Amino acid sequence: MKTSSLASVLFAGALFGFGLSYSSMIKPEVVLSFLRFEDFGLLWVLGAASFVTFLTYQLIPRVMGRPLLESVFSEHTSKMNRETLGGAAIFGIGWGICGVCPGPAIAGLGAANWPLAMTLAAIFAGAYVQGRVMGGSGEGQ
Amino acid sequence: MLLIDTLFPLGITHYLVGGLLIGFAVSFLFVVTGLVGGMSTFFTATLSYVSDWSYFNQEEFVTSRNWRLAYAAGLVIGAAVWLFTLGESFQTSVSWWQLALGGFIVGFGARLSNGCTSGHGICGLASLQLPSLLAVLIFLASAMISATLVKLLGGT
Repeated sequence: MKTSSLASVLFAGALFGFGLSYSSMIKPEVVLSFLRFEDFGLLWVLGAASFVTFLTYQLIPRVMGRPLLESVFSEHTSKMNRETLGGAAIFGIGWGICGVCPGPAIAGLGAANWPLAMTLAAIFAGAYVQGRVMGGSGEGQ
Repeated sequence: MLLIDTLFPLGITHYLVGGLLIGFAVSFLFVVTGLVGGMSTFFTATLSYVSDWSYFNQEEFVTSRNWRLAYAAGLVIGAAVWLFTLGESFQTSVSWWQLALGGFIVGFGARLSNGCTSGHGICGLASLQLPSLLAVLIFLASAMISATLVKLLGGT
């Protein structure tokens, strides 16, 4: 990938991290208060982000032939299977225990919310175990 | 306005503005590079830097790991910019065992599901993917149950 594209990705990530922090989703207490029906604000965050992204994904490919710096628009594809749905159920159990999902775990470092570093390390460990369990042989393919 | 105050005791402005900024970020990524970015794949893709286990070295992970690392670095920078401008330092008081145990299950489940709150939530819903919609409804439900149980068991 070109340097200009990587710089754009970095900028997009920074805007994401700023928005995530501004929305207070990097505070596990706020997420947990949503999951316990005390404050429904998370729905505004998810709804606004999804709506803006929905407009972009649906409209931009019709008016632009290709992205500004690269050649193709990617698509998000998810599969209807046991892994997608069962994994979601497992993910939710973990999310309800800690109040931290992957984005805030990463952004937490920048916001100096140091205890989240433990969650970040634990997510890596969980992803590692998932890859080992699902990955078949360790021989390179 | 009583209902609004009850549902959103901290107000709605910061939630709405933050969500819009996140939407602009994901949109910018798409318009400029064509990439669709959830966050959870970062964890599996970057494990390919340090492990030669075949699962982590699949093409989709190796070819995307550099930009996913840049995306995550951006996330840290953006949060730091917020901290030094509008934000204030905050240390969570959620118990360490919740942060560790919950994080491990989050990592395992999100990677098994191939998506999290940003992948299935924002990107999947915006792409009108039915499996992602079901995944979102399922993880919201299981998270509400587990968060409530954790509190009943004396958690933070």
